[in-house]
Formats: sequence, C-alpha cells, structure tokens
Amino acid sequence: MSKETNFIFNQTPQVVQKKKYCRFKKHGIKHIDYKDKDFLLKFINEQGKILPRRITGTSLKFQRKISVAVKRARHLSLLPFVADGLK
Amino acid sequence: MSLKQYETVIILTPVLSEQQMKDAVAGYRGLITDNGGEIVHEENWGLTKLAYPIDKKGTGFYHLFEFKASPEFIKAWELTFRRDERIMRYLTLSLDRWAIEFNLKKRSGEIKSSSTAKEKKAANNAVVELDEED
Repeated sequence: MSKETNFIFNQTPQVVQKKKYCRFKKHGIKHIDYKDKDFLLKFINEQGKILPRRITGTSLKFQRKISVAVKRARHLSLLPFVADGLK
Repeated sequence: MSLKQYETVIILTPVLSEQQMKDAVAGYRGLITDNGGEIVHEENWGLTKLAYPIDKKGTGFYHLFEFKASPEFIKAWELTFRRDERIMRYLTLSLDRWAIEFNLKKRSGEIKSSSTAKEKKAANNAVVELDEED
C-alpha cells in the first residue's frame, strides 16, 4: 500500500449530520392521538413496522407512547398489521 | 359517585342500513345516560374503509363516544359490545388530563389532525389551481 492511499484512509469524512431531535419535546406535544393515522404514518415503515427511535430521533418517553398509539390504531383497523408499499 | 372520562370507538358491520346503524348508536347513547353517565362528545365517521378485513368485511361504520361514567359501568358497557353481533371491534380508553385537553383543543380547532390538515392543503391547492384557470 502506498503512502497516498494511507493518507486518504486516515481522513475523517466531511459529512455534517444534522442533529436528530425529539419532535414531541421540541413542540411540547403531550398527547399522541391514535386516531390520526396520517400522523402515525411518520413513525412506521412501508411494511407497517414501527420505526426505531434511532431513526426518528424520538425520545424514549414518546417512543413508548407512539408504540401504544400505533398498536391501538392497528386494533381499530386504521393501520395494517402487515403491509406492502404503504408509502 | 365519582365520574371518570372515557373514550370508546366502535366499528359496526357494514351490512346494516344507515337507519339501523343510527338506531344501534342511539341505543348505546341511551345506555350511557341511563347509567348515570354523561355524553361529552360524539363523532360519526360514517362508512370507512378498513386497513385489513375484519369478519370478511372490507368496510365498517366507525362511531366515537366521549363520555363521563363511573368505573363500574365500563365492564357492563364492554360486555354489551361482546354480546352485540352488530359490533365488529371496539376500543375503550380512560382519558388522562393530557388526552382531555387534546380533545378539547381538537374540537375547538386549535389542533388539527394531520388528516384534516392534509385535506385542507389539498383543498387550498385545488382553489389555487382553479384561480390559475381563471
């Protein structure tokens, strides 16, 4: 391996990532409505699975509330349990 | 007797006629008031498409009750749902103070659900398009 390639490998990537934040904490939202399915769609993937908070940035407190809300919506057939191409 | 605030959503089978559905809902409304409860709010979502079939039906009449009742009443309330063949699904929640506040704000139009906001946006876009046509 030449010296030049080593130099490239040692460089840190210059990608500045935007810091994730919890949208509920930021906007002071206290209650998550399980009947609002378009809102809950933001927290599930296209298969209908609940997205992890490492992706959405939601705090643990509200992730638990989202998870309950999505499950309630599923029970009432507002959201599917399994889907293909939801978005 | 202390009253707690609850919220119930029921899904009625689509085989009912509009009138039968209204009769069923009126019956449940009566059940709340007869047992010392008090109706706070009601919403009828009409015939709505389900996300997945329930009892081999693709649609259902959704109805939402928000009411005050004694905790002892809820057991009997849910038992009637289980006995009633017209009801495909139900969900009862006791509301905490944030939920009550949220529902009040939603009714006064202070908070809009994403669904209604979306519709409004779509309506606005439609208006803009119409203007452009003129």
